[in-house]
Amino acid sequence: MNWFFQFMNSSVGKKITMATTGLLLCLYLVIHLFGNLFLYAGPEAFNLYVERLSSLKPLVRVIEVILTLIFVFHIWNALRLTLANRRSSGEISYTEYQAHEVSALSSRFMGVTGSILFIFLVVHLQTIWYTFQTHHQEGQFYAVVTGNQVGFGNPVYAVFYLIAMFLLGFHLKHGFQSAFQTFGIRYNKYGKLIEAIAVIFWLIIPATFATIPIYFGFLKGGF
Amino acid sequence: MKVTLKVWRQKNGSTPGQFVSYEVDQVSEDMSFFEMLDMLNNSLVRKGEEPISFDHDCREGICGTCGLMINGRAHGPLKGVTTCQLHMRSFSDGDTIVVEPWRARAFPVIRDLIVDRTAFDRIMEAGGYISVRTGGAPDANAIPISKKAADAAFDSAACIGCGACVATCKNSSAMLFTAAKVSQFAVLPQGQVERKERVLNMVAQMDAEGFGACTNTGACEAECPKEISLVNIARLNREFLRASLAG
Ligand code: HEM
Ligand code: SF4
Ligand code: FES
Repeated sequence: MNWFFQFMNSSVGKKITMATTGLLLCLYLVIHLFGNLFLYAGPEAFNLYVERLSSLKPLVRVIEVILTLIFVFHIWNALRLTLANRRSSGEISYTEYQAHEVSALSSRFMGVTGSILFIFLVVHLQTIWYTFQTHHQEGQFYAVVTGNQVGFGNPVYAVFYLIAMFLLGFHLKHGFQSAFQTFGIRYNKYGKLIEAIAVIFWLIIPATFATIPIYFGFLKGGF
Repeated sequence: MKVTLKVWRQKNGSTPGQFVSYEVDQVSEDMSFFEMLDMLNNSLVRKGEEPISFDHDCREGICGTCGLMINGRAHGPLKGVTTCQLHMRSFSDGDTIVVEPWRARAFPVIRDLIVDRTAFDRIMEAGGYISVRTGGAPDANAIPISKKAADAAFDSAACIGCGACVATCKNSSAMLFTAAKVSQFAVLPQGQVERKERVLNMVAQMDAEGFGACTNTGACEAECPKEISLVNIARLNREFLRASLAG
């Protein structure tokens, strides 16, 4: 076990933990988006989907626990990485530092985008997830999501959701390809393929998530 | 031309430093940045003031001692050059030029613009060597090495240990340096014997020195005077994973 702790506490090990948990979260995004798209198929389809999912309760609970652990690991590790790195840069910072000349904005703001995503996550769980757990009446799920209480009919939530999806895209603009660099497979024959898949994750997936508040909030006149 | 320098002056590691402004007149654009500093130092000495301390040795881009942060850029605004290869034609008449030492916890200031980079030496001592019998020069072709491997090793070995990668990194990470030094052996047959311990020990030493963890911002690659590529960091990560998992 000694090698394991040494690995986890080394700078490279922390990065590998970041990358592993980050990519697992990306995988979850795909599954989550798949479910959300049932909204476009209408109330019956979406409600049926959620009920089917709820009928798999034991399995769903296990997945939820695993997902929570991945999140906790990702966030805890992000926190210690960011704090340790801040310590490394010393007490005096540069008076003049042309960061934008040498690195991308998204790469320098991972801690900031991640922290706002964390706030979004808490609000999202508290509104949608918690309401789903406590609204057991059949056929209420679609109404909750599109309604004007905690759903996209509420302009505050709709706009917050849009901002969060923008930041998710920004987080993954750096994060997705960075994870492959961390695994050491960024600059080889897979490089082009990774770049192409990265576009799906930082652009297409967040944008598709974002269509939902736009459609159910702004276009369908939810508010 | 005439420039205003804002230079970091600090007596020693235990005294706080501050910026001091100097007007430098009659600067020719053909002067190197250091010739301009030499001229300023001569005038300071004539006035009985303490000259500005800065590190330099070869003045031709090979020794790696001359790192300065100039207007927020490591080794100044150009790509692929060291401070000693920078000329005043990169600046304009009337410019204010801010000159700071490398800033990182692992590179403490010794005096003015000189920092202590011996942390790099300790990383090298931790694994930046191969164990071979020295003695008479071996036959050059005794060990067959592919052109591809030789070129890759040479690209990595071009690192001059200047510390610009650390200086420009927001995390003060020494990954590019360490990666280059791990890579130059990892791709050669002579490096195989200590391959596993090398990467583990050098990374452990890098962490112990207080350098940060790489977050792949790529600033190091952009500022490296020898244009050492991020391919080296990918290789270091691979070497580290392999060595850790192989137990
Ligand atoms: C919820 C709060 C979150 C926080 C606080 C957070 C924070 C961070 C931080 C600080 C990093 C490291 C930055 C770096 O290494 O440059 C990171 C990397 C990453 N994050 Fe997040 N993140 C969060 C959520 C997410 C989510 C929801 C996803 C994806 C669905 C995600 C995916 C990634 C990926 C792929 C990486 C790249 C790992 C690497 O750089 O090697 N993160 N995150
Ligand atoms: S990798 Fe480049 S910037 Fe870093 S020490 Fe070597 S030569 Fe200097
Ligand atoms: S003085 Fe030797 S590299 Fe600049």
